Formats: sequence, structure tokens, C-alpha cells
Amino acid sequence: MTSHLLYLAVFSFLVSAVFAALLRDEPREQVRTGALMFGGFLAAAIVLGWLMYPLPF
Amino acid sequence: MAKSVKSGTRASAVGRAPAIERSTVAALCVAAWIIPGAGHFWQGRHQKGFVFLVALSLMFALGLLFEGRIFPFQPSEPLVALAAVADLGLGLPYAIAKFVGAGAGNVVAATYEYGNTFLIVAGLLNFLVIIDAFDIALGRK
Repeated sequence: MTSHLLYLAVFSFLVSAVFAALLRDEPREQVRTGALMFGGFLAAAIVLGWLMYPLPF
Repeated sequence: MAKSVKSGTRASAVGRAPAIERSTVAALCVAAWIIPGAGHFWQGRHQKGFVFLVALSLMFALGLLFEGRIFPFQPSEPLVALAAVADLGLGLPYAIAKFVGAGAGNVVAATYEYGNTFLIVAGLLNFLVIIDAFDIALGRK
């Protein structure tokens, strides 16, 4: 089964985890930054996908 | 310290981590390239090192599982060459994948582009991780 949303979520989670660890030193801040980034990735992808839906190509 | 790194000396002056030998910094960066997170483990940042080790290795493994391609160095195809440089960002996983013949890529697979993205981004993120370890070694962080 190919779930594009699942692949997107896995990619977003891993990239968010790495960036959060890079950018923040405190574990609590890392979790907060990572969660925000992960949500941002998902929201941006869904909104962009929705906006592109009417495009003919 | 005769061989101290210039910036490290400056950082010591402001009370951050002490400067370390230039050869140690080079070895640290090579270790961070070969094993994701090794540079952070070396400097006692185990939690960060663990996150990098798990996340980047998993991304690379998923890239191969999704039938992505480890791109060859082709100077005639600049984008392919750039992707090859990005793939090379993970030293040991890259070498193992090459050794066992993984990463041939299956262009007709539905997940081919996902696989390429996972492989390329894992390598590029490890370059960032190496730079972060370098900055920590110099006392900038």
C-alpha cells in the first residue's frame, strides 16, 4: 500500500526531530520546536495540496 | 595551547568551551561524517548524538527501502552529481549500501522519488550535523 500522507508524515517527523535537536539545547524546548515544525510541515503540505487540487496538471 | 583553533581561543576568552587541537577537530568531523551523531557523542552531547544517529540512519534506510537511488558521480549531469554529493553525506551507511549493492533505484516504483528524497535529505542533514559538531568543538555553541 502506498500512502503518500504516511510518507510525508514520516519524512516530516524525522526532519523535525533533527532540526529540533540542532536548534535547541533543552529537551523540553526540543520537543516544543519539533512538534511545531512537524505540525507546520503537515499543515503546509495539506494546504498546498488543497490549493493545487484544481490545477489541470 | 600552540595549535589552538583561532575561534576557539576567542570563545575561551568569553567563557565558553575551551579550544581543542586542530587535529582533534578534524578527527571529530570525520567521525561525525562516518557515523551520524558521533561528533556529538564525542563531545558528551549524548542525547543529541542519539537523535542524529537514529533519525538519519532511519531516513537513509527508508530511502533504500523505498527503492531510491544512490546517484553516481556524473559531471556531465550537474543535478545528478549534486545528488551524489548529498548521498555521500552519510559515510558508513553509504559505504555499506554500496558494498551490498543497495541503492540501485527502481524508477518505475511508486516510492522512487520518496526514496531519493529520503536519501538526499539524510545526507544533507548530516552535513549540517557535522557543521554543528564543528561549531561546538570551537566553542561557538
